[in-house]
Amino acid sequence: MRWVRDNTDKIGDLLVSHLWLSVVPIVLGFAIALPIGWFASRHPRLKGVLLTFAGVLYTIPSLAFFLILPSIIGTGFLSPLNVVVALTVYAVAIMVRSATDAFESVSPAVLDAATATGFAPAGRAFLVELPLAGPVLVAGLRVVAVSTVSLVSVGALTGVSNLGSLFTEGYRTDNDAEILTGVVGIVAIALLLDALIVVAGRVLLPWNRGPRSSVRSPVSPMMSFAQHLRGGRA
Amino acid sequence: MSVLSDTIEWLGDSAHWSGDDGVPHRLVQHLGYTSLTVAIAAAIAIPIGLWIGHTGRLRGLAVVSSGALRALPTLGVLTYASLFTGIGIKAAIFTLVLLAIPPLLAGAYSGLESVDRRTVDAARAMGMTELQILTRVEVPLALPIIIGGLRSATLQVVATATVAAYIPGPGGLGRYLIDGLALNDYPQVVAGSIVVIVLALVLDGIFVLLQRLVLRNRPATVRIAA
Repeated sequence: MRWVRDNTDKIGDLLVSHLWLSVVPIVLGFAIALPIGWFASRHPRLKGVLLTFAGVLYTIPSLAFFLILPSIIGTGFLSPLNVVVALTVYAVAIMVRSATDAFESVSPAVLDAATATGFAPAGRAFLVELPLAGPVLVAGLRVVAVSTVSLVSVGALTGVSNLGSLFTEGYRTDNDAEILTGVVGIVAIALLLDALIVVAGRVLLPWNRGPRSSVRSPVSPMMSFAQHLRGGRA
Repeated sequence: MSVLSDTIEWLGDSAHWSGDDGVPHRLVQHLGYTSLTVAIAAAIAIPIGLWIGHTGRLRGLAVVSSGALRALPTLGVLTYASLFTGIGIKAAIFTLVLLAIPPLLAGAYSGLESVDRRTVDAARAMGMTELQILTRVEVPLALPIIIGGLRSATLQVVATATVAAYIPGPGGLGRYLIDGLALNDYPQVVAGSIVVIVLALVLDGIFVLLQRLVLRNRPATVRIAA
């Protein structure tokens, strides 16, 4: 605990950079995956190809990916951009599958009804399909968030500062308190972002709350972890 | 693009393909660590997963505890463990086993959960013992998902074994990445990364084929409308 009190400034800085390195890929990944998933749900033939490609991208080990990106996109070897780009690719890879499932979960009858009521295709996509796909999208986003937060720490090995730097430094200086601080910080950020996504989902999708008698929302806190297990990586 | 040509040159250099530092030796080491840790993790997680899936007991606990394991940053666990075990392979194996348990556990119990309850009830009505139901009905039907868990555990271990090279001791392909970074030897870093990526893709492909094979060898099932 003393180490934490003596190093609050440093921990704060690393916390902020860790947060940035996580949030940017999560947001970008979600924004990119959404239209791809929508497209895949519409084109069953291309869906297989798109999902297989996403799966292949997700297979790439993170450290190798961080280190090979500079020679592909022309960034510096130590640039945080490598971490951001690689994590965005992973986020897209997970999220495309969730988004496809999400849009496929919308009942065709509902879509026909929307068309019959006079929705134009674009209006239908945004005002009918997107809100109805919401719950599954939220579940996918939670998986993306937790996995991204923990992967950022691997970036510390390539010299990109974040809470993972406490691991490398703590290891060098034989300081177990420093390493533990990093672990606690990362788990805390993961839980925080996960909670934010849940709250955002409740606010944006109020109809998803279900009857008052059952406290459990359709997207249970366990679900994200259960999904995470199957898609987890390092 | 000189990094690219340097990398090709590094990969083409026969000196990098023999001896203890050579790609074949490190590749075999990497696969050795991977299979050892996946085997240990499977010996722990699969029986527990099958028990949970078969009995339906402790499911919530399994989900929460394996979820908590997954939320832990691997590099942190690795460095923390190595402070106590010292230089060597122990911390890496410990961390990798911890990492491989959740997907294996999830694969086993969610595999059994995917088996139609009516099939299990039918087997029970036919007079099968619980053990027979498990080994002859549930496991064969759940095999694609159980292998899916094995696939995801293996790939995570392959990827993380690379990170584990940060601790002196384990050899494996991660050495090229970590040593290359320390020496500013970028061709070595990029060449090592390419070898790791190819290994991961090949292993993933093997598992895809395995899953297909299992599905093909399964007796045809009649889908019952729900």
